[in-house]
Amino acid sequence: MLVIACIKQVPDTTQVQIDPVTNTLIRDGIPFIINPYDSHALEESLRLKDSHGFKAVALSMGPPNAEATLRKALALGVDRSILLSDRVFGGADTLSTSNVIAAAIKKLGEQEEVGIVFCGKQTIDGDTAQVGPGIAVRLGYSQLTLVDRIEKIDLVQKTIVVRRKLEGRYEIVEARLPAMITVVRELNRPRYPTVPMRLSSAKAQVECWSNEQLQLDVNSVGLKGSPTWVSRIFSPERKEGEIIGDGMNDPAGAASMLLDRLIDSDMLAV
Amino acid sequence: MEHTLFFAILTLSLSVFTFSCYRKLALVSVGTNECRFDRPVDRLKGMLVYAFGQKRVVSRPFGLNHGVIFWAFLVLALANLEFLVSGLFPMISFEQLPAPLHGALLFLCDICSLATLVAVSIAALRRTINPPFAGARTFEAYFILAMIGTLMLAYFGLNGVRIAQGILPSTSAPPVSNLVAGLIRTTPAAAHLETAGNVFWWIHAIVLLGFMNFLPYSKHMHILTAIPNVFLRNMEKCNTQERETFQEGNSFGAATVEGLSWKDLLDSFSCTECGRCQQSCPAAGTGKALNPREVIHAIKENLLQNGAVMEKLSGDVEAEREISLIGNGDRGNTREAALWSCTSCGACMEVCPVFIEHLPKIVKMRRYLVQMEARFPEELLNLFENMEQRSNPWGMAPSERSKWSSLLSLRPFEAGVTEYLLFVGCSGAFDARNKQVSIALTRVLDAAGVSYGVLGKEERCCGDSVRRLGNEYLFDQMANESVRQFLAKGVTKVITQCPHCFTTLKNDYRQYGLELEVIHHSELISDLIKAGRLETSGSAEPGRVVFHDSCYLGRHNDVYEAPREVLRMVTGQDVLEMGRSRENAFCCGAGGGRMWLEEHEGTPINRNRVQEALAQQPETVCVSCPFCMTMFEDGIKEVPGSTTQVRDIAEVVALSLQPSLLPPSTS
Repeated sequence: MLVIACIKQVPDTTQVQIDPVTNTLIRDGIPFIINPYDSHALEESLRLKDSHGFKAVALSMGPPNAEATLRKALALGVDRSILLSDRVFGGADTLSTSNVIAAAIKKLGEQEEVGIVFCGKQTIDGDTAQVGPGIAVRLGYSQLTLVDRIEKIDLVQKTIVVRRKLEGRYEIVEARLPAMITVVRELNRPRYPTVPMRLSSAKAQVECWSNEQLQLDVNSVGLKGSPTWVSRIFSPERKEGEIIGDGMNDPAGAASMLLDRLIDSDMLAV
Repeated sequence: MEHTLFFAILTLSLSVFTFSCYRKLALVSVGTNECRFDRPVDRLKGMLVYAFGQKRVVSRPFGLNHGVIFWAFLVLALANLEFLVSGLFPMISFEQLPAPLHGALLFLCDICSLATLVAVSIAALRRTINPPFAGARTFEAYFILAMIGTLMLAYFGLNGVRIAQGILPSTSAPPVSNLVAGLIRTTPAAAHLETAGNVFWWIHAIVLLGFMNFLPYSKHMHILTAIPNVFLRNMEKCNTQERETFQEGNSFGAATVEGLSWKDLLDSFSCTECGRCQQSCPAAGTGKALNPREVIHAIKENLLQNGAVMEKLSGDVEAEREISLIGNGDRGNTREAALWSCTSCGACMEVCPVFIEHLPKIVKMRRYLVQMEARFPEELLNLFENMEQRSNPWGMAPSERSKWSSLLSLRPFEAGVTEYLLFVGCSGAFDARNKQVSIALTRVLDAAGVSYGVLGKEERCCGDSVRRLGNEYLFDQMANESVRQFLAKGVTKVITQCPHCFTTLKNDYRQYGLELEVIHHSELISDLIKAGRLETSGSAEPGRVVFHDSCYLGRHNDVYEAPREVLRMVTGQDVLEMGRSRENAFCCGAGGGRMWLEEHEGTPINRNRVQEALAQQPETVCVSCPFCMTMFEDGIKEVPGSTTQVRDIAEVVALSLQPSLLPPSTS
């Protein structure tokens, strides 16, 4: 039975800046990382591989350089890494992304039964939290979001019991397999790759599937299949700050000036 | 008859002894290769000073006692050789020598035997009243002392009888034997001198041969291995670790004795169990799992047990070893918690009289855990990820690296334009308290007109912590990147304010083909003041200053004087010294990657050190390392009502700069 981790390579957002002229992300020289939530999805799929004998597959849609992230998944121990990459997939919103990923999962399911698909609860670049649920809906899988603990898996009855972490409460949910599960950080602590695994993954094959393999209608994928598009990205405007006093030579004086200012503007009560 | 018997016993003893030694020492060959035969002349010199001269041994209390036993043994070895040879061939003995020489030899041996007898008595007493470490009162230890004592008594008995018999001349009388002879004459034994002589002779012979055969099975193996071990010592400081080759199929680090080098294994046979390493270890001294003596002892136990298995399997190298070097702290292994408690301060190696290298073994075992098993304290996962992705321990955005200097106008480093690269380091760039040190340092450098530039956002972490923590794969990546960058920019001279950057750039990057002239800011400032380029006013503000040695500046790189000189010149007064200072300094607790780990066991190391510093009643604790800064700041905060300031040496100097020399205010 397969356990599939959907992972996305995202720009390290702490390092992303927005070009004030074009209103787009400046991606030059920004390192890419695995979406932090997805690393927990990946970890859980590896744990199920260890504990239940699932075959673990890492799946990612993205440009060719996303191969680096999939290679890291191999170093961590997945059995297969598949990159869904094609020019026609480019510019996709969450709907057309989930179309492509669902098609890939369906194709994998033709070879071996799919048990669980893990996704991070959202990505740190898009923050929509829609792709996971989109995949579940398109595949007709049980949809379990915001999961912070797997309580029980019954491979005979093909059921799963999970705990969902909601605001101020937990919810224990039982569902039929196959299931799509989006995970939160509390689910697990991701592992660290061993050096022998890193070295062997450097030579291992990351499979690349284009639309030739998936045979999707080009109007349902990429920009064409996307009913939404980002028209503008910008940083919220912030009032420029000012430097009070001379903190370098007279830190005490500067601090007292700051206190006076805060009291004057009614932000501090004496 | 007696001759034949002795011949048989001697032959048997020597055969068994040789076989025992061979069996033990042959085990060393399962270790990996390592060259320890370069610079033979220097090695010999060191051997004379440290082994035969007992330099390190006598530097501690009771060391002189060992020195006496050792030097007396050297003399008595000759006498014992004569004893064995003349036992076989009575014609060959000292008695054949000219009388004055014979007399002198007898006198010397007599004095040496007496000295040994006194020294082993003191040793037994000391072990009983004030043992070197808990658990040192073993049967083995007393048994060995008793054997040596018996040997000396038998010697006096034998020579006493011989004098009484008139065989030995009493004219050039050896004092103790002569005394014994006088005593014997008053006892009934006087009538049976020949029998008495035989009894003493056989006691001496049996104890001597018995002791020899006991050696290879006891901690007294060091009598055989310690001197060669000093010869084979690391001729460099143990301030770096060897590189690993990252190729598929290789194993990384050490989890079995085969992962250690032959010298590591010889070290384990050379340990005398004197306990000095554990007395000086900051982890052992504050209740952590680590005990450096036990780490070495466990390697020996492991080798002996696995060695037997290896023999049984007759060289089947693929066979599973029965016990791993890393386990639950039983016989032959060390607990993981112990390995992670090491601060890599090097105090253990500094005091070891026989130059055992504890740190490389600990790092090799850490390497195994991190690289082969991905097993390490959970705090390190973030550290490793942050280092790999953002090249700093906190995971701060690299673009924030230059923010500390946003109000300063620092030049970028440019070969040919700026003389030095000021390598700020992660703490100096990101840590709030240490950023102040960076600012103070730039003021000092500007005041002295030093030509320097920075790498700004392009600076990367040097990788010190990941290397000491055993993540050699990651260090290798980081070092390769930094070395490429330094070469591309033509960096040749570097100023660092962090001893960890200092040692890494200076000693570790050398392995990557980069020879830099790295200078710690305390050394540079000392030079600048001496050259008259810095005018200091002798500010009274730092008050009474106590200086804390950073392990990586002091012990690992021998920089002790420069910071003290600076403090003396700047404050016009002598620096206060803690009881444990210079090569005996006690670590702050943050080295070896411990900066990024919680201290779950025992009492905090920094608390121990802060108390020692505050006992000097200083107004300022002066440090020369950002990690020490953090540990002292944290430690002093715990002390209610303490007004003692922690300052980096650059800050103390900046305080005393003539105001006219200060760069214009930036506000």
